Amino acid sequence: MRGLFILALSLLSLNTFAAGSKIDIPKYDWSWKGFFGTYDRASAQRGLKVYREVCAGCHSMDLIAYRNLADLGFSEAHIKAIAAEYLIPDGPNDEGEMFEREAIPSDRFANPYPNVQAARAANNGAYPPDLSLIVKARPKGADYLKALLLGYVEAPADKEVPEGQYYNKYMDGNLIAMPSPLSEGIVDYDDGTEATMDQMATDVTTFLAWAAEPSLEDRKRIGLKVILFLFVLLVLAYISKQQIWRDIK
Amino acid sequence: MSSNDPQGYKKTLNSPYTGFKGWIDSRLPLVRMMEAEYLKFPVPKSLNYFWSFGGIAMFCLIGLILTGIFLGFHYKPSADEAFDSVERIMRDVNFGWLIRYLHANLVSFFFIATFIHIFRALYFGSYKAPRELVYLFGLTMFVLMMGTAFLGYTLPWGQMSYWGATVITNLFSAIPFVGDAILKLLLGDFNVGDSTINRFYVLHWLLAFAIVGLVVFHVITLHMTGSNNPTGSEPQSWDETVSFHPYVTIKDLNATIFFFIILAFVLFYYPNILGHSDNYIRANPMVTPAHIVPEWYFLPFYAILRAIPDKLGGVLAMFGSIAALGLLPWLDTSKVRSCLFRPVWRICVLLFAINFLVLMYMGGKPAEGIYVLISRIGTAYWFLFIFVLAPLVGFLETPRQPLSITNYLQSKKA
Amino acid sequence: MSENKTPRRDFIKLATMTLGGVGAASLAIPFITSMNPGKDTLALASTEIDLSPLKEGQSLTVIWRGKPVFIKHRTQKEITEAKNTDLNDLIDIEDDADRVQNDKWLVVLGVCTHLGCVPLGQKTSDIKGEYGGWFCPCHGSHYDTSGRIRKGPAPKNLPVPPYVFLNESRIKIG
Repeated sequence: MRGLFILALSLLSLNTFAAGSKIDIPKYDWSWKGFFGTYDRASAQRGLKVYREVCAGCHSMDLIAYRNLADLGFSEAHIKAIAAEYLIPDGPNDEGEMFEREAIPSDRFANPYPNVQAARAANNGAYPPDLSLIVKARPKGADYLKALLLGYVEAPADKEVPEGQYYNKYMDGNLIAMPSPLSEGIVDYDDGTEATMDQMATDVTTFLAWAAEPSLEDRKRIGLKVILFLFVLLVLAYISKQQIWRDIK
Repeated sequence: MSSNDPQGYKKTLNSPYTGFKGWIDSRLPLVRMMEAEYLKFPVPKSLNYFWSFGGIAMFCLIGLILTGIFLGFHYKPSADEAFDSVERIMRDVNFGWLIRYLHANLVSFFFIATFIHIFRALYFGSYKAPRELVYLFGLTMFVLMMGTAFLGYTLPWGQMSYWGATVITNLFSAIPFVGDAILKLLLGDFNVGDSTINRFYVLHWLLAFAIVGLVVFHVITLHMTGSNNPTGSEPQSWDETVSFHPYVTIKDLNATIFFFIILAFVLFYYPNILGHSDNYIRANPMVTPAHIVPEWYFLPFYAILRAIPDKLGGVLAMFGSIAALGLLPWLDTSKVRSCLFRPVWRICVLLFAINFLVLMYMGGKPAEGIYVLISRIGTAYWFLFIFVLAPLVGFLETPRQPLSITNYLQSKKA
Repeated sequence: MSENKTPRRDFIKLATMTLGGVGAASLAIPFITSMNPGKDTLALASTEIDLSPLKEGQSLTVIWRGKPVFIKHRTQKEITEAKNTDLNDLIDIEDDADRVQNDKWLVVLGVCTHLGCVPLGQKTSDIKGEYGGWFCPCHGSHYDTSGRIRKGPAPKNLPVPPYVFLNESRIKIG
């Protein structure tokens, strides 16, 4: 029944048909799927580490503030310490000069580049997209992202890969300007989890999924209550209706 | 009333109520109006659940206005700030995500309710005399709804907002001679920009309230003629009617709760399924998305637009498709209203509904090959239905004798 | 027959209406709370300030919740003046000890309690009024080195915002 309903819904959202992409994105199992799914905090915390040590060199996350990390279970002191590792531009001060200062929890994540042009210039003209909403900004969001991170394979012999481009079997057109960001053990996890490619891809995707939709858990929790409430109300309203209409006809 | 006693005339207007109710009512006849139109108002007792969708649509409209007001407290209509202010609503405003997702999904459900409402009008002949004006006010609201939805969709200032606005406003450049001047006037700029989003925001509000105003006219005209019903026969006695309250109110309440359960399911578990992922990317005037697709409720009309190979022709066909529907009360020559008693017309109407869904599907496909061909056939049927089938079938078909409301209810029981 | 059915009928209808009412009322909660300050606004509702660059006799103005806060590193002379004031001379009686956590540091809201102007006295070149604290140029209110009103139309002392010392030289306002 639920499957049927989802099918009807996706038929309704016809614009997904327009995507026209012929690449099959694998389906992964995510902790936040389903009616009661929540973000796996440990995984998201590890994902933050992957983001900070691997992605943040090129990709900004300008909608996320350090204070938001409290959602992932970081303590206030820990958040302050993380923020203090970054310098962000501020000013002008009383002398009219711009200056840099250590970030505080209310600041947004420090941007690796001062502006889009600088980001392009540093990356052969390709702009590394902001990752705040990336999971919601791509069809098949999380699945696509993880697949992409793991999708760097040897190009087929007949495919020409130009200088500054890389072959990825899940990228539209198979050519991507980002070299494979992950490699075995590139991150040293604090909790001793082994940093395999798959583990890191899962973790960073979990982190980015949270970043894109931090209200997901509230939403599902409230939704359940609302739907149950409406069902009870419907039952009562239905009995009322039967009683009111009993004498008619 | 006596002609030489003006006070005597006034007395006939005196309120039948006493106390505070009477005090209000003899100054502002709201109480007796509410009682006449919403409590005692006689409604055919044969109405089925198709008749609940007008009320459902009204609840959607109320919900949209309410959520719109609270979003408006936080939203900033400027090219630089719009996207971020929406994300601030989603992240930092208390329950902002709920209010925004409600607003975005209510639109879709408003359209679902309206489509069903219009289908009901076609199937049971509610557009026919004496309800032409009810129908025309309704169609006008539908046009305004599409305008409001389009304007609203530009406001989050994502990629699809920006490029959707660009493509649709460019339709106006198809107007001969003055097209470009009108486009500039509309945008307040040479392309969709800061001035555009600012005025679109104002117009989004204005049109929304214009719809509310038209609801009043829709209801006044409806209450002059009374509701149609599945038989299309007018009630012949009080026995064939029930009072609006509590009979219709409780029925509509049931339908509304059921409808809102489906809405809640989408809202809380798949809030983005009816939207497009590209709209979570900031508008970028330098990069066009691979496929520009309007929201799902525009797709049938988008298919008609693209079915015509000529730019101006496409625009005319698209707007004409709705305008032509407005002629239906006069083009349909049949004396019988309801499709229950019109075997041939019934097939035509059902085909029209299926055709609508097919066009919707085609509108989401790229404009190439077989999709264009099917869109053209669909567009042709749309106009054929109104201009040829409606007069012809009404003339040639032999309808069955419509049942009275009492007989209809008895035959349903049997 | 209707005799014994009526009560049940009414009960169900009443229950439906009550539950519907409860639903509608709960629906109002998210809408009303959405008008409160957002999470980003609340995150800025407390400010941490490093006091170490402030030398004796110097003042600092910081913005807290959109209003100026005066932080004054008081000299020994100013402290003594504030401590030794006869409470009977005051308009709004308050002991200096109740207004500071550390005698050296005075933290007050820089908004005149008369009509909301920002008093002068933060810069060394400013007029500080007859009592060596602050002077409001709008209607001539004089504040002393404890930020207490001494002369002029203002009725109250400059209010002390909530703050805590995180360590020797760092405070958190709010």
